[in-house]
Amino acid sequence: MAGSTHASPIADVVVPLEGRPRHISPGYEVWRKFRRHRMAVASIGVLTLLTAAVLFGPLIWRIPINEIDFTARLAHPSWDHPFGTDDLGQDLLARMLYGGRISLAVGFAAMAVAIIVGVLIGAISGISRGSVDAALMWITDLFLALPQLPLLLLVIYLFRDFLKNWVGPEGGVFILIVLVIGAFRWMPVARLVRAQFLSLREKEFVEAARALGATTPRLVIRHILPNSLGPVIVAGTIDVAAAIIAESTLSFLGLGFPPDIPTWGRLLFDAKDYLDIAPHWALFAGAAIFLTVLTINFIGDGLRDALDPRRVM
Amino acid sequence: MSEPLLKVAKLTKEFPLKGGLFSGQIASVHAVDGVDFHVDRGETLGLVGESGCGKSTTGRCVLRLIEPSSGEIHFDGKDVRSLKADDLRILRRDIQIIFQDPYASLNPRMNVGAIVGEALIIHQLTKTKQQFEERVVDLLETVGLRADHMGRYPNEFSGGQRQRIGIARALAVEPKLIICDEPVSALDVSIQAQVINLLEDLQEKFGLAYLFIAHDLAVVEHISKRIAVMYLGRIVEMASAHELYASPRHPYTEALLSAVPIPDPKVKRQRVRLSGEVPNPISPPTGCHFHTRCPIAQFPLCKSEAPPLKQSADGHWVACHFR
Repeated sequence: MAGSTHASPIADVVVPLEGRPRHISPGYEVWRKFRRHRMAVASIGVLTLLTAAVLFGPLIWRIPINEIDFTARLAHPSWDHPFGTDDLGQDLLARMLYGGRISLAVGFAAMAVAIIVGVLIGAISGISRGSVDAALMWITDLFLALPQLPLLLLVIYLFRDFLKNWVGPEGGVFILIVLVIGAFRWMPVARLVRAQFLSLREKEFVEAARALGATTPRLVIRHILPNSLGPVIVAGTIDVAAAIIAESTLSFLGLGFPPDIPTWGRLLFDAKDYLDIAPHWALFAGAAIFLTVLTINFIGDGLRDALDPRRVM
Repeated sequence: MSEPLLKVAKLTKEFPLKGGLFSGQIASVHAVDGVDFHVDRGETLGLVGESGCGKSTTGRCVLRLIEPSSGEIHFDGKDVRSLKADDLRILRRDIQIIFQDPYASLNPRMNVGAIVGEALIIHQLTKTKQQFEERVVDLLETVGLRADHMGRYPNEFSGGQRQRIGIARALAVEPKLIICDEPVSALDVSIQAQVINLLEDLQEKFGLAYLFIAHDLAVVEHISKRIAVMYLGRIVEMASAHELYASPRHPYTEALLSAVPIPDPKVKRQRVRLSGEVPNPISPPTGCHFHTRCPIAQFPLCKSEAPPLKQSADGHWVACHFR
């Protein structure tokens, strides 16, 4: 084969590439691919709507969340109370709009904590060999093996009063719940990131960067981390959902927010005794959680595909 | 004659195999088992052998991408093995590597400009953004790509074009030696020729030396001045390309060369067929590694004593008791 082709390779290399506009910015390219994911785009719409509703809804729908009206106990949806009322005659739409703020905020904040801690631990573990890696994985396994609920209860019991005095009742519980949920959700992320690091570390493009003289921080930040985030984004979207549900559990056990703060989880659990006579009570809160979790998952899928330059769409 | 650019002596690399109850070392893979060679300035040394014989490991040991177990590596008067991290980084401006798989060797999330220009940033070779871009364009054009390829991502290119990007990346630091680790094995034959010719042009233009690792004997003969043949971690024969192909001495080289297809159906020739498989490098044969498959082995000599690599004619080195 060698020597059979003498055409100069430098002078004339044919580079046939279809005539598309030349300078597409990477950001636009991501959006272009994301747009192809119809469910993801629709999900963004729905989630934006949900977020806008909980943010601005209470300004428009002005019934106070704690206005008790015994003449309208467990009323079914009507024009006066579009989502019906609970056993004290409180308006469920108003309660949901207010509680949604907290549910969504807890979900996203806990996800952020879980991802930051998970990526940090996973990255350090994946890039360092030997004892550091082993020690961090032991810690991860330890956290995975801990019985979560009893520990959650203990932590909250121990620290709630301290934080309450420090930043006020609502803020204190918020910080505590976010940290506690985040602290129990980072392990899968850490494992994912570590596994990605172990495989990417041996890839030739990482070796090439090492051969160019790149330092370890540069290798991690420029080469390994960006290529390992796909699964993390998906894990993160699942974490939002899990955090919203975990918050409901805590509220139910009386260790979350005070009972007068109607988070979606709280509404759901309050409604459970009246499921047969007032199904609307649970229905709307459940639908809100369901919609949030579902749309976030779709957006995660779309993002993962759009951020992957290898995927041609 | 002046000092060679790269001189490798008694290089070995063992990979520990861990296992058992306490994850202790239970055995080791002898990937490279005492290799000596040198590369002169502006020269191409071909390194051939079948899969798993330690060619790639040898190449990576030279750059210390894999830490050698023992032996000496001298590059341009510097003792490579004793360099600390910072000095090693400086050394890597002089030695570069081109990889086999052009799909795995480019970061899919960086555009071509960032890939090719990465070394410029690491070593602070350009001062302004404009200088940086000019240099990247210059490099791209050197390897036959266009300036407007800068903003594109690796997935938008063909295998041959990607290999050119890899070459441009290696050229960015103006190296003296490039380790070519099977740079054309993954490409079509017509593209192979283009890349080989490009490598030759670049050698002429920049006075580069190549350590050219391959298993395709025809490619190696074309590009190399001298060729070393490896078998199970050892060099069994080393000679000038012409000499090696015209009169191979080691029985393994004979067998390899007789397996090269001749593009003429009328030509008949004597095939040297080897029996058996390549032995496991975890427990390589004693004495001469090749004695289990060698047609001319005599026992007990070949089984007990490893033949040294000795000069049998001018510049023709062979490791065999009988040749």
